Amino acid sequence: MRLPSPRGPLGERVLTVLRGEVREVGDPGAAVIEVPDQRACDDDALTLWVLHELHYRGFEDVSEEWEWAPALMGVRWLLEHELEERLRVRYADARVPVADEVTRSLATLTATHEGPSLARHLQRNASREQALALLRQRSLYHLKEGDPTSWVIPRLTTRPKAALLEVQFDEYGDGDPARLHHEMFARGLETSGLCSAYGHYVDEALVPVLEQNNAVSMFGLHRRLRGAALGHLAAFESTSAVPSRQLAQGLTRLGFPPEMIAYYDEHVEADAVHEQVVVRDVCGALVQEEPGQHEEVVFGAWTCLDLEARTATAMLARWDAA
Amino acid sequence: MSQPPRPMRITLCPGGPMLIRGAAVVEAEDGTLHETTRPVSAVCRCGATSRAPWCDGTHQLLAGKART
Ligand code: FES
Repeated sequence: MRLPSPRGPLGERVLTVLRGEVREVGDPGAAVIEVPDQRACDDDALTLWVLHELHYRGFEDVSEEWEWAPALMGVRWLLEHELEERLRVRYADARVPVADEVTRSLATLTATHEGPSLARHLQRNASREQALALLRQRSLYHLKEGDPTSWVIPRLTTRPKAALLEVQFDEYGDGDPARLHHEMFARGLETSGLCSAYGHYVDEALVPVLEQNNAVSMFGLHRRLRGAALGHLAAFESTSAVPSRQLAQGLTRLGFPPEMIAYYDEHVEADAVHEQVVVRDVCGALVQEEPGQHEEVVFGAWTCLDLEARTATAMLARWDAA
Repeated sequence: MSQPPRPMRITLCPGGPMLIRGAAVVEAEDGTLHETTRPVSAVCRCGATSRAPWCDGTHQLLAGKART
């Protein structure tokens, strides 16, 4: 993957620095990134996405040395801090009920959260162009599916760790590279006439799509946010089986190739299992061992559902299909 | 030294499926046999799945209906 196009002055500064060489702190040539006061949300979202991607696959036109360079940490810290603030304010405004058991908090949340459904639109009404546009938006996350959650593994105690690995092993194909979920999505993209290169469609990614990716990376990269990371996963898995079936039906209706349909088909049964394991054995065990994480789990779960609802609203508005 | 096989753990999820860990063959209501293909499998208990004998998440929609 090469660096995307910046979306504003902050992105321009950061990307220019990344194209250069890393210098030691104190070196007169060392980069100093000044953050402009007035910034647009898509400039922030894209810039943070780029900074996070240095920790995943990186960019062909950026030196690998940049990953932990001090010059970048200040900007990353600030952008993450502001993103987290924004998510927490939205969460507080939503007044999400917290039950006495985390499994109940999560069940109530996923059963009562309301938002438009892209899967239902695809199942019944979407055109082929709309389906392709949705797959391009989804490609940002699906091509690294499972990866942000893997950052959390070393931060957990025994029981939630063992349960999380049970889910992650399945995400990564149970030892079979051909069944690795992000590989199945890549094959689906190729056979549908789309590009399967990692991050290829970032330039057209909507702000809530970038924010969803940034939130899940931020939750994974900060030990402090481990509860939110697992809550996010719980909400994601709990709202995946039924929509995956609707998406598989929609893609079949539109004549998409079997490889693309197989990706969603796989998620119907896989996520029906993952939901139970993540809610009960991962989040349930985490909160038993660390009771202070209950509300954090709910915060992460709500964030996942809220950003998905924002994505759906934006896509449907674009298609005039709300 | 071979260890005696551990008994299979089966988990009943409230309002949801039955989880089976490890390899198993499930005999469906119509008598057909289905082998598990993943480390953990979910067998439908609500009867509403479209992929019997496996759970496809439809039980969530039933719970939603019961509430309204
Ligand atoms: S128990 Fe999940 S669909 Fe029946």
